[in-house]
Amino acid sequence: MARATAPVRDWSQDFDVLDPGYIEDPFRIWDDLRESCPIAHTERRGGAWMLTRYADVVAAAHDVERFSSLEVGVINNGAQREPEEDPAAQYGLPPISADPPLHTWTRRIILPWFSHKRVAGYEAMTRDLCRSHIDGFIDAGQADAAVDYAQQIPVRVIASILGVPESLSDTFTGWVRDMLEFADDPERNLRGQEGIGSYLIAEIERRKVDPGDDLISELLHTSHEGAPLPEGLVLGMAALVMIAGIDTTWSSIGSSLWHLATHPDDAARLVAEPELMPSAVEELLRAYSPVTMARVVTTDTKFRGCPMHEGDKLLMNFPAANRDPEVFERAEEVVLDRRINRHVAFGSGIHRCAGSNLARMELTVALEEWLRRIPTFRPAEGAELAWAGGQVRGPRILPVVFP
Amino acid sequence: MKIRVDPDRCQGHARCYALAPELFSVDDYGQSSVIGDGNVPAELEEKARLAIANCPESAIEELAG
Repeated sequence: MARATAPVRDWSQDFDVLDPGYIEDPFRIWDDLRESCPIAHTERRGGAWMLTRYADVVAAAHDVERFSSLEVGVINNGAQREPEEDPAAQYGLPPISADPPLHTWTRRIILPWFSHKRVAGYEAMTRDLCRSHIDGFIDAGQADAAVDYAQQIPVRVIASILGVPESLSDTFTGWVRDMLEFADDPERNLRGQEGIGSYLIAEIERRKVDPGDDLISELLHTSHEGAPLPEGLVLGMAALVMIAGIDTTWSSIGSSLWHLATHPDDAARLVAEPELMPSAVEELLRAYSPVTMARVVTTDTKFRGCPMHEGDKLLMNFPAANRDPEVFERAEEVVLDRRINRHVAFGSGIHRCAGSNLARMELTVALEEWLRRIPTFRPAEGAELAWAGGQVRGPRILPVVFP
Repeated sequence: MKIRVDPDRCQGHARCYALAPELFSVDDYGQSSVIGDGNVPAELEEKARLAIANCPESAIEELAG
């Protein structure tokens, strides 16, 4: 997916999160780095540090003074939009790309949309979506578990929350992939940004005359300190919900199905012991955490002895932290009934994923419905798998058979 | 056994609520708190310990008797 670069020979001083080998199998690279050089560095793609130990990742996530969220992407592709073309530029995508105080109050506006109560209300729709997609391929005895299933679920739930048509799901998915998975490709990256931006600007205009009960309408009627939210801020927050709510959960559902397809004992156990689902979901989130977040260093400083400079990028590798043997016994194994699982798949500290309740529900329902109808399945023989990597890892092509 | 959730540490992961809904409640903003006065009935002590051990922010404390 990513554009070819020179092969990486030294992961400690020259890493590349878009390296094809890293995207396919990052696990040994993380294990080696945690042992030999837990804070790696690279000059590639604009330069960055990368943390791989749980303790370091958590410490950095909590250190919001030294590590700012103003830049959460690590890929610098050189593309830049003119400010007048990009009304959200002033605000970014809060609260994810904001520091306190903007972070604090924008997050309070968003959080109730993803509370337990609200998420329980989205469950029936999610279950119907899963069932109707399975209906579409079950008789064929084969499917692409990523394209025909995982990819189809979260985008439709998010469309419903934003009050935008489900029929545009593939378009939304395309834009989000352009932004996140093709961050190294200036043309595709801009296409994604402009697609989402101009679409949501039109949706905001529409709601000014014809408001609904969706998130965008509510944002337009929300005040902060006595003034309505600026439209650029509404745009940034709505864009964040679309961007963060699609690629991530779809990646988790896909990785979990990949694991069950390649570990039939685990699939059989989950079918036989459905009461394991809650701990299994946490374990699959731990073992296949999709998201790595970046920060920008705010001041010349030392972190665990490493000399960091103002403006340096820092990658908090949550997926690597979640496989740290200092914290997790049998860290490299998926243990469906793991009792103690303090994973940080949704981050740590004040930026804990605002959609974590929604993601957990979607992953649970997607696995329950799949296993209920398709209890045994395996990867299609000879089929090519494709993974996306970088800062969101998950399968993009995952052909399976269930004859 | 008596427990409390430190509101400054809690970030709304909601692992406690998932593991022991009898003991914890979560508000619309994700903030967890212990239901009642924090005293844990004997039959729920194991669940309380599980919640303490699974909190990603180490926000649940066991208070000295």
